[in-house]
Amino acid sequence: MSLFVIVFYGLLIAVSCLTASYRRHDVFMATFSLTLICFLIGLIGGEPWLKRIAIGIGIFLAAGGIAYSFRKFLSLLLPRDAARLIRTAPLTASFGLFVILVYLVAAIFAPIIAPYGEADVIAGAYAPADEKMLLGGDQLGRDLFSRIIYGARNTVGIALLTTGIAFFVGSLLGLMAATLGGWVDQICGRIADTLMAIPQLIFALLLLSILGTNVVNLILVIALLYSPLVFRLARAVAGNIVVMDYIEAAKLRGEKTWYLIVREILPNATAPLVAEFGLRFCFVFLAISALSFLGLGIQPPTADWGSMVRDNSTLISFSQGTPLIPAAAIALLTVAVNFVVDWLLHISSGLKE
Amino acid sequence: MNETVMNEKKAVSEKAISAEEKSARLLLKIRGLRIEGRVDDSWLEIVHGVDLDLRRGEVLGLIGESGAGKSTIGLAAMGFTRDGCRISGGTIEFDGMELTSSPEEDLRMLRGARIAYVAQSAAASFNPAHRLIDQHTAAPVQHKIKTRRESEEDAMELYRRLRLPNPGEIGFRYPHQVSGGQLQRAMTAMAMSCRPDLIIFDEPTTALDVTTQIEVLAAIRDIVDQFDTAALYITHDLAVVAQMADRIKVLLKGDEVEEADTRSMLEAPREEYTRSLWAVRSFQRHQKPVPPADETPVIEVRNVSAAYGPVLVLDDVSFSIHRGRTVAVVGESGSGKSTAARCITGLLPPLSGEVLYNGTPLARHFRDRSKDQLRQAQMIYQMADTALNPKKRIGEIIGRPVSFYGGLRGAELKKRVDELLDQIELEPSQYYHRYPSELSGGQKQRVGIARALAAEPEFIICDEVTSALDQIVAEGILKLLDRLQNDLDLAYMFITHDLATVRAIADHVVVMKEGKVVEAGPKEDMFRPPHHAYTDLLLSSVPEMDPDWLDDLLAKRGVDNIGEAAQQKSAL
Repeated sequence: MSLFVIVFYGLLIAVSCLTASYRRHDVFMATFSLTLICFLIGLIGGEPWLKRIAIGIGIFLAAGGIAYSFRKFLSLLLPRDAARLIRTAPLTASFGLFVILVYLVAAIFAPIIAPYGEADVIAGAYAPADEKMLLGGDQLGRDLFSRIIYGARNTVGIALLTTGIAFFVGSLLGLMAATLGGWVDQICGRIADTLMAIPQLIFALLLLSILGTNVVNLILVIALLYSPLVFRLARAVAGNIVVMDYIEAAKLRGEKTWYLIVREILPNATAPLVAEFGLRFCFVFLAISALSFLGLGIQPPTADWGSMVRDNSTLISFSQGTPLIPAAAIALLTVAVNFVVDWLLHISSGLKE
Repeated sequence: MNETVMNEKKAVSEKAISAEEKSARLLLKIRGLRIEGRVDDSWLEIVHGVDLDLRRGEVLGLIGESGAGKSTIGLAAMGFTRDGCRISGGTIEFDGMELTSSPEEDLRMLRGARIAYVAQSAAASFNPAHRLIDQHTAAPVQHKIKTRRESEEDAMELYRRLRLPNPGEIGFRYPHQVSGGQLQRAMTAMAMSCRPDLIIFDEPTTALDVTTQIEVLAAIRDIVDQFDTAALYITHDLAVVAQMADRIKVLLKGDEVEEADTRSMLEAPREEYTRSLWAVRSFQRHQKPVPPADETPVIEVRNVSAAYGPVLVLDDVSFSIHRGRTVAVVGESGSGKSTAARCITGLLPPLSGEVLYNGTPLARHFRDRSKDQLRQAQMIYQMADTALNPKKRIGEIIGRPVSFYGGLRGAELKKRVDELLDQIELEPSQYYHRYPSELSGGQKQRVGIARALAAEPEFIICDEVTSALDQIVAEGILKLLDRLQNDLDLAYMFITHDLATVRAIADHVVVMKEGKVVEAGPKEDMFRPPHHAYTDLLLSSVPEMDPDWLDDLLAKRGVDNIGEAAQQKSAL
């Protein structure tokens, strides 16, 4: 038995014992189950598999460490109220915030960070990774790493704009429908129902093939498809608010509808809407990637993670991981945003501790 | 606590139940209980070392204002604390078992089976998606005390003992299909399902009408007697606790004030604070002289009928409200008193009849009324929590009507808001920038009053403004309203089901039932017999401080002649 195996098992068992003696039962159960599983895998797969598990655990611990330090960092940096909020945030949320921050930096400073331009052909097709090209080349010999960085800018930027439009239209109409009721509610509601009755992806493909594929059309079509969902949420949230006595008091005072919506209802509806924004953002983001994968989204040579997965997909047959890199970029952002959204939902639901 | 008094009492109770050796044993023994609540990042002590003894078959009343720690102590008796609270010291011994150090699994075995809890709002505590009997049987089946079949049969038996109508059938209904009083009794039956040794009643009748309350009280007392169950009865209503408890413990801000058996406590309270609690119900304003017949009333409701869809809820209702006078509209929930208010404000356009303001008819719908007409009639709501926008600061809430109607801006606006805050006895510099969630119930209600005053109205509708508050706070609100009426010559329409409030503040009383005015007249006439049968029922159902009141009433009227049963009779 090599030294690695001995140290590996030794550490696992030591951590199990420590957590058990400190009565952290959930952590103990997790580590000791892992130990038992590792015994089994060690018997079947031998040392290489154990090394992979060790790397996995290492990445997990590193992510936890970053999250922990980042939370501390933010809580010391931010003003008092925000700092208190951050201090009570779970580690997942601070990890999510960190990842989002990294993506934002990548998107904003793309030309500085990326070693090459997004359309520069600098090597042969599918060139392997070397010192010059961190992640190798794509099917035309462009630097994959540079394209991932530029992709952050395009994919995330477009998704943000799209979600923004969908939210503005959807929540405004939703709040109006709830406040005015009657025929405004009926008409808006039925239009939303109709839009939601058609399968989204197919509808998007249909509209884009009619209108032609460019970035403006892409943004407008996806915003149109997602606004009914926001409408429904905004209307449901506002529906619970308009029955409150303070709304009745404002109505009896003779306030205009606009005041009611903006000053009385919206402040009470922001929390669920913000949480929904994060969630929708992921869906829009995935929809754009899906459309790009199908060839109707962002057009070449603009770098975009969805089309990068498609373009490099042949490499999968040669058991190469290249197409998985842009896919991982999508997955990581989605997970990160969802972590933050979960946290926001938790806050807005009023659950403390 | 005086040592000799304790020993005496112990001796007395031991003698009374010496037949059963076991019964003499202490069931619940709390010593030096300290509980802390989390405020931001630090822990604040909210219960400061309370001792409590409870023997088998005994009912102990816990009484105090909101924030006295009554409910917190009640929950701690089950070894439970709310989220954000923790037990930081003391011992809780239940039947020889120490709860503070017991693991969660052991406590779980205890709760429901040996200690049961009856919450304030049965409507909010029952799961609306399940039948009553399914929820009833959950605990006995879970604790493996009874099979489902046995427990269902037992449920029907309990429903019968609690005098619920159709005991064999009512359990198969959903919570929304039974009335509030019935639901509260069903909840008591549920608490009894495992024949616990201890039941904690947390304000079980606070949300109920007086006529419903009385039958729930009678039922609870009866069943506690029958099964010789010990109970902690938590309430802020002194008259209620006088009927229910063998002993009373008075609490103030997490400290014990005094404890004595019910009779001696009522007759001779030792502490100043207890005496002030006892005196609360004494606030009474003299009736103002009846206004001259030819004076134009501020608001006159003339033959108004109104309906929600096909259901007629107001049937030819007429009354008038004069300047500087208070008209109390009395009746139970569903009697149409709030609907009458909605007709006056124009939220519900009446089917027929009209509402006159200073002799001129008002538009049926509030949208068709002028800004000035809207300004003249203001409203104060029952639930201050829902009446104030939680995302606005107090200054904004009160300032909006000032700037909306009066057009004041900037420094003038701030000055006027400060004046209003002074009027409601809240320090402007301290409260201007707060949010409603940072205020107590009584303070929120005061802000609601200030918002109504900010419009400078002639007429204010007070919709059950004190029913969500405990008595000391409610008294403060009533006094404030009275002072404002004298200062500003306001007319009040006071909607309430609490006759003590009517007695305190009204000049003229209108009794409503099922959308009709049953009886109306000046207050002094209304509280003097003979009454209409329904008024009589309402009046006789108001608990009094006399501990024998419920017994006397039951003896006089009979168990089947109170609450809903009596109402049905008076309708016939």
